[in-house]
Amino acid sequence: MTTHEPAFNLSSESPGKIALRTLVRDRRSWVASTMLVIVVALTLFAPLYASLVSKTDPFVSTINGTVVLDGVEVQVLQQSTEGLKIGVNPIGPTWKIGPYFLGADNQGRDVAARLLYGGTNTLLIGFSAAALTLIVATLVGVIAGYSGKIIDSVISRILDVIWAFPVYLLSISLSVVLLTSGFKWGPLSLEAGSLYLPIFIIGLVYVPYVARPIRGQVLALREREFVKAAIGGGAKNSTIIFREILPNVIPSVLVFIPLMVSLAMLTESALSFLSIGVQAPDASWGTIIKDGLGLLYTRPIVALAPGLFIAFTAVSLNLLGDAVRDALDPKARLRGAF
Amino acid sequence: MRRSRTLVSLIALSFVLSACGSSSSDSGSDSNAQGQEGVLAPYDASKAGGTLTLVAKGAAGTLDPHINYTLQFWQLYQATYDGLLAFRKVDGPKSFETVPDLAEALPELSDGGKTLTFTLRKGIKFSDGRDVTVNDVKASFERIFKVLSPTAGGFYNGIVGADACLANPATCKLDQGVIVDSATNKIEIKLTAPDATINYKLSLPHAVILPADAPSKDAGTTPIPTTGPYMFASYDPNKELKMVRNPNFTEWNREAQPAGYPDEIVYQFGLTAEAQVNAIKNGQADWMLDPIPADRLSEIGTELPNQIKVHTLTAMWYLPMNNNLAPFDNVKARQAVNYALDRNAMVKIFGGEQLASPACTFLPPGFPGHKDFCQYTEGASVESPATSWAAPDIEKAKQLVKESGTAGQKVGIVVSDDEVNKQMGEYIQSVLNQIGYKATLKPISSNIQFTYIQNTKNKVQISVSQWYQDFPAAMDFSYILLGCESFTPGSDSSINMAGYCNKALNKRMIDAMNLAVTDQAAADKEWGEIDQAIMNEAPVAVAFTPKQIDFLSARVKNYNFSKQFYMLVSQLQLDK
Repeated sequence: MTTHEPAFNLSSESPGKIALRTLVRDRRSWVASTMLVIVVALTLFAPLYASLVSKTDPFVSTINGTVVLDGVEVQVLQQSTEGLKIGVNPIGPTWKIGPYFLGADNQGRDVAARLLYGGTNTLLIGFSAAALTLIVATLVGVIAGYSGKIIDSVISRILDVIWAFPVYLLSISLSVVLLTSGFKWGPLSLEAGSLYLPIFIIGLVYVPYVARPIRGQVLALREREFVKAAIGGGAKNSTIIFREILPNVIPSVLVFIPLMVSLAMLTESALSFLSIGVQAPDASWGTIIKDGLGLLYTRPIVALAPGLFIAFTAVSLNLLGDAVRDALDPKARLRGAF
Repeated sequence: MRRSRTLVSLIALSFVLSACGSSSSDSGSDSNAQGQEGVLAPYDASKAGGTLTLVAKGAAGTLDPHINYTLQFWQLYQATYDGLLAFRKVDGPKSFETVPDLAEALPELSDGGKTLTFTLRKGIKFSDGRDVTVNDVKASFERIFKVLSPTAGGFYNGIVGADACLANPATCKLDQGVIVDSATNKIEIKLTAPDATINYKLSLPHAVILPADAPSKDAGTTPIPTTGPYMFASYDPNKELKMVRNPNFTEWNREAQPAGYPDEIVYQFGLTAEAQVNAIKNGQADWMLDPIPADRLSEIGTELPNQIKVHTLTAMWYLPMNNNLAPFDNVKARQAVNYALDRNAMVKIFGGEQLASPACTFLPPGFPGHKDFCQYTEGASVESPATSWAAPDIEKAKQLVKESGTAGQKVGIVVSDDEVNKQMGEYIQSVLNQIGYKATLKPISSNIQFTYIQNTKNKVQISVSQWYQDFPAAMDFSYILLGCESFTPGSDSSINMAGYCNKALNKRMIDAMNLAVTDQAAADKEWGEIDQAIMNEAPVAVAFTPKQIDFLSARVKNYNFSKQFYMLVSQLQLDK
């Protein structure tokens, strides 16, 4: 905690306002938010960068392409000219604003442009999967915790079964199965190779991770006086859930947001690195690391750059997560005050 | 034959071949070869000794020479097992020629080429000390069928009695097909029809002579006694294969089975390609099987050029297109792919112009029957082909896709999941998208990709595959890969992956095989014409002719490269 004011006060401010004020005054949240905004802005800049700066299509192979550097036309993939003249190396980083700032990959594509486009996909999947997880998990956790009895038992056992599988193992298994055939269930249809597929898979496998603590919280809330009073007063279940339960659960869900985005992003990168996440010619930071694996000796930047972006983004999300947790968790504030 | 470690099964190929006699040619431009081309230097006992260490990512499955169908172990069988005939073990094009091995001479032909008569050499022993007899020869031919050798139906079905053996392998008897006389050591092999390629087939590892009491099932990891200069001492597919000198070996025909130099040959498994490169650089290993990773090629080619050997192969990388499935059931769609494919790009992915050459023809350069032509290059057409590939013609490809009415269709590309194949798949995906399709890439394990793309049930539209010759005859490419009889719908052993069957051209191929009995030159010319006629219909897109790259340790000398079986392992000498 970095706030200079007592974290616990008896003012008439609502808990939400107190939390927001605490968050705004926390330097970690500023640093993390700035880092995150930089990354998001860069990735949103991708189409502009590709058309105005790199002037290449980052999704088309240009193995036999050429580029003019310092007035000289050079091959994007260059045949070795030394020794036995075997091997072909993609052009290295120019470190100049323009085409191939970070060099080319094995397909002759601009790494910098792909990095930005890849970031768009990684973040899109990260945020979308996290949103899916949180919505489903909140729904499931509240229904299980509030209903109790057999509904709670059934939902809890299903969550236990899903959580019994290691997250990555389950993600890999689902990806391998759905990658070639896609997913079709009732009106829900996801094509093989679609970006929605990793969103769906990652969003699903993390549901128990969020739903179980929310269920526990709802179980505790059900026994609180204000909920009992509402039940005694004859309020409808939906009214109790939306007016009494959910407002008390939302802070926990908010704490989960940065953490889940970070976890989803890392899982997506891992799946894409294993060729079972984002599919070519689309890119994500995971696929770019995979592309760079075969160039580690000659063009390490291809694998390093997306790795650094992943680390940078994960650190910013985790810092933000810590700040949000401290702001929304009264017990933490109490711990900080005394 | 496929080069990878995957077992290839041609058991479903029970086509009838005919005629006999063949010629070979070669236009390989080898570099850095140490052995003298066409001649094996006299054995120098002072250079013998040491342990040669070979490394690979994985083993090649069974050790049984009648079953194993991988180049990885066929290389080793050259120094361990012998057939009645053998490919000449020399450096260069002469290695395509067959010479007598366990037989005293090449076969005498009679009965219009349908009977081959051999005399078995005397005094040759198996590594367990027993003499090699004519009964072992007969039992070995029967064993080919008993153990369901992958080529039993494709290569040896012309032996009289083979049909019954194929129907009932367990009780296979070739009393009418392989007639032996213990008193005179004579062996007669009777064929149902003359076979132009029978000498080649008898020189392959699937026709080596094993003891009569060799198990009538896959021997697996248990070594079978050998006749060559080495025998297998132990084999653990997860760890290593060890070969030691055969104490009962004495050189009988240096061209067929020369004495070896290393005292021991150890094949270590489980190293990644990166680790293999490092092991050789550090002197911990002497040769690696797997392709050198792309990012290490320049480094090695620059730092250690004397340890690299590059050789032209009679092989091809190509894109089979499913001729019975949209969009490639339309000839214009197939031609469009041929026009759009930038062979130079594929060559670059493979490692550059020093390791591969763009190709257009089905029969590789230097192969019997090869004819220079290319319909699918910039400025050329089916009616007016160029002599060689120059550049892709994307606009023409787009036009053909539009004319075919297949634009916008989905196309799945199935490739092996190794780095080179995946990159090629990604490139092809980009090309197909460019010319108007919606392409998706499906990399699958290299252990199953080859059989997966053969089975029509998997509805593979286009894939990347390779073919390395079994023996130097045009039929081993054109007829094996595109003959009607090679297409078996619903089978994993349907080597005609394109599902191409042009009955008129198929008849011309069979006629060409028959013509080879009397006039090899005319037959080869006809194969060239057939090749062009086939490629007019573009059942596949040929990409490039690969070269073999061998990376050796600094202490290895006397490198000899056989065009047929590649590096002669037993002839490597080690600095002491």
